[in-house]
Amino acid sequence: MANALQTIGLTKTFGAVTAASNISVEIEQDAIVGMIGGNGAGKTTFLNLITGYLKPTSGTIRHEGRDITSLSPRKVTRLGICRSFQIPQVFGSLTTYENLLVGTGIVARASGTWARQAINVADVDATAEQMIARFHLTAYRDSRSGILPEGVRKLLDIAMAMVLRPRILLLDEPTSGVSAEEKFALMDVVFEAIRGERVTVLFVEHDIEIIRRYARRVLAFYDGRIIADGAADTVLNDGKVRELVVGEAPRPSGAMGAGSC
Amino acid sequence: MKRLDRTRHVLVLCLALLLLGGPFFPDWALFIATLAMAKGLAVLGLMLLMRAGLVSFGQGLYYCLGAYVVGTVGQFLHITDALVMLLFAGVVSCAVAALLGTLLAAYRGIFFAMLSLSFSMVLYGLLVKSPSLGSTDGFNIAVRSIAGFSAESHRRYLFFALSLVLAFGAGMAVHGFTGSNVGRLAAAVRDNELRVEYLGASVKTVVYLNILIAAALAGLGGGLTSVTVGHIDPDLAYWTTSGEFVFVAILSGTGSVLAPFLGSLVFEVLHSFAYQYSPNTWQMVVGFAMLFVIALLPTGLWSIFALGRKAG
Repeated sequence: MANALQTIGLTKTFGAVTAASNISVEIEQDAIVGMIGGNGAGKTTFLNLITGYLKPTSGTIRHEGRDITSLSPRKVTRLGICRSFQIPQVFGSLTTYENLLVGTGIVARASGTWARQAINVADVDATAEQMIARFHLTAYRDSRSGILPEGVRKLLDIAMAMVLRPRILLLDEPTSGVSAEEKFALMDVVFEAIRGERVTVLFVEHDIEIIRRYARRVLAFYDGRIIADGAADTVLNDGKVRELVVGEAPRPSGAMGAGSC
Repeated sequence: MKRLDRTRHVLVLCLALLLLGGPFFPDWALFIATLAMAKGLAVLGLMLLMRAGLVSFGQGLYYCLGAYVVGTVGQFLHITDALVMLLFAGVVSCAVAALLGTLLAAYRGIFFAMLSLSFSMVLYGLLVKSPSLGSTDGFNIAVRSIAGFSAESHRRYLFFALSLVLAFGAGMAVHGFTGSNVGRLAAAVRDNELRVEYLGASVKTVVYLNILIAAALAGLGGGLTSVTVGHIDPDLAYWTTSGEFVFVAILSGTGSVLAPFLGSLVFEVLHSFAYQYSPNTWQMVVGFAMLFVIALLPTGLWSIFALGRKAG
């Protein structure tokens, strides 16, 4: 079976800045991959490239063998590659329920006779209710999403991505802006909700404990490159990663610790 | 779901009551009400655009276009049935919007407002310079029947009934649209376009669709105005006409498909009486009414009913 995702020599430059430099990586089906690296290491750029928000300067992106390099975010999303954002992208004036309705409505429209599905709303409502239960959002169902706490907005943002029943789920810093004691609870809800969905997950994370607990494979980014790729334990114990990403200088001279983690 | 049914019930109730009560109203009241329904159609379209976060200062374009299509098919094709004329008005307005919409759908905010305004002023300019269409004087329109029925007697009531049926149909259709999966996307587009694209829907298609529907409604409204008044002139495309629609839309609020018709009726009555008692300062009276509404009901006249519902 073809890989869920494959990039070949992916490069993105902004003038003199190289945000992604020759990234070649293969992500197998159903993998749970953590992405670590300091600020500006290229993690979000990598997600933006995969989802078509940025066009690479050079290189190729394949999804299940198909070239998706030149597709727009909308088309990439329709292929089943969905994402959440570091700053939750929700519809602030709508309630939690209405936010999910927008998503389920789009799915219904894409999967049936256009005219009929455009009008038919009943099963769309049911799916939205289901997502609310799965992501523990019941208490916030009828609150305007613009005024919800950050952790709840993060969950809603992820739930909206999951509404589309993605093949690949990309999470950009799901726990940033969430208090330390709530981080694990949030991640538990997310992984509980997506269990049994057969979805490949890539998530960006700064908290090494979260990475250790949830990621089976880790990609370590530094300066637009992947400097280590492998099983979580191996990568986190890698000397270079410890020095450049995790920020624990093994030698006193290791003042390069770029990591905010 | 409960609210959805409620709006439909109220629409049916309004239609029935007004159709039955119509014959007891004096002609001048029927005339004002008919004009209010016609303008209400244009405002209803504007409300759709506002839901998507867009304010058009050029709905006068389609309003005037609808009126001139009615006039042209009467003058040159010798069609004198109001319903057939209106059909032409709606279709042609929609077709023009299909063309202009490809450009407009890429703009937002003040740029959308100004571009739509400029298109309407181009039509105004063209009409003023067209002697064959009467230049600034415009020309008269003759209507002999409505849907095959003679309109020679009880004229005011028949036009009133026609306007009611059109407003009712448009209200039902737009209400259905706003509750549909596509219609719901308007608010999503207003809030966060990036997320809409990242949910796999096309922002441009949503905006385009709303532009088309708004144009068809404004075209119908313009056509209805022209058959009611019996005369058209280029002022229908002038920016003050478009401004009046925006004024009424803000006065009405966007809470329900009933709001534009209510707001339009209030505006027409206000305008008529203000004009009668202070012909030189009627704008001031209307302006004060607007200030009053903004101060007390920031989300428009419709919020009176929304409040009542919450309390009850």
